[in-house]
Amino acid sequence: MRNDGTLDRRSVAATLLRDPGDLLVVTGLGAPSYDAAAAGDRPLNFYLWGAMGGAAMVGLGIALAQPHRRVLVLTGDGEMLMGMGSLATIAAAGAPNLAIAVLDNARYGETGSQRSHTGLATDLAAVAAACGWPATTTAHDMQEVEALRPRLRRESLFAAIRIASDELPRHLPPRDGAYLADRFRRALGIAQD
Amino acid sequence: MPPASWQAQVYAALKAARITQLAYVPDAGHAYLIEAAHADPAMRAVVLTTEEEGIAFAAGAWLGGQRAVLLMQSSGVGNCINMLSLPVNCRMPFLTLITMRGEWAEFNPWQVPMGTATPSVLTAAGVHVHRADHPGDAAEMVAASAALAFDSAVPVAVLFSQRLVGAKVFSK
Repeated sequence: MRNDGTLDRRSVAATLLRDPGDLLVVTGLGAPSYDAAAAGDRPLNFYLWGAMGGAAMVGLGIALAQPHRRVLVLTGDGEMLMGMGSLATIAAAGAPNLAIAVLDNARYGETGSQRSHTGLATDLAAVAAACGWPATTTAHDMQEVEALRPRLRRESLFAAIRIASDELPRHLPPRDGAYLADRFRRALGIAQD
Repeated sequence: MPPASWQAQVYAALKAARITQLAYVPDAGHAYLIEAAHADPAMRAVVLTTEEEGIAFAAGAWLGGQRAVLLMQSSGVGNCINMLSLPVNCRMPFLTLITMRGEWAEFNPWQVPMGTATPSVLTAAGVHVHRADHPGDAAEMVAASAALAFDSAVPVAVLFSQRLVGAKVFSK
């Protein structure tokens, strides 16, 4: 296996997050957080800057607490690989309002572009399917990405998206976790506890 | 009617603290709480593949406006350390109940290192650590720890001592 991704990650993120409405977005650390910020910072984006492997489970916690809203986890292949067990946990729990999109460049971009398992051996969409996800897919071109956009807001869908491994200028979102958490809860209208 | 078991009192304390999501890695010492959660239509019980998932899960629950608790055994604490940066950094409440191994009549030596290290590594990671040694203390300890966690927005662990839970018997 090798990286066959050609898509521009910023275009993919901009497409998936276009007209977000009240979509609740959780991003995995590193470039996916920058991509989501570049697509437009908003209070209902919760960016992880650490806690590697935790993005999908943050998404599940939100999804179960807010069953009438849609939650999208946008993360990278390395982050998803670290939290691969959470694909089984989420499938077992059942969360019809949660979807995951993995921006898969088969690289650990933040640490020097070392090759990841998705370029060496592992098919993440197949992993998700084997874990019991009801719908899984891998997208290779922008037409497929465009088709993913509504599905990610409607289905319990796991999507891997083959992006190019180019390193882009960083677009840094806020990184104060307490600020990010507080503005997210306020935007959801959660009263101070 | 016999008095409620300390485990039933602990479950009542979680309910009184308005906890509605309970994530766990299966553990014999938590069996009552796990069964009670699954039987309770007002509690969402989620089984995890590894303990650190529960830290991220609880953070998500809080972001979504609900309260979660994580149940685990002391052997799982080591899996959690980096993920604890999430509630610490985001100034979020976090509550975990931990059954201790490796400290009281332990048969399995593999449980001893993590059991011994549990209080100090949790403290080093920024978690407030409380300990219940007696059946009469457990529910009050959980209630006070939930109040500390959710009112003061800090991570709190309650250790249920192996003496309280009962040492695992290997020979039948």
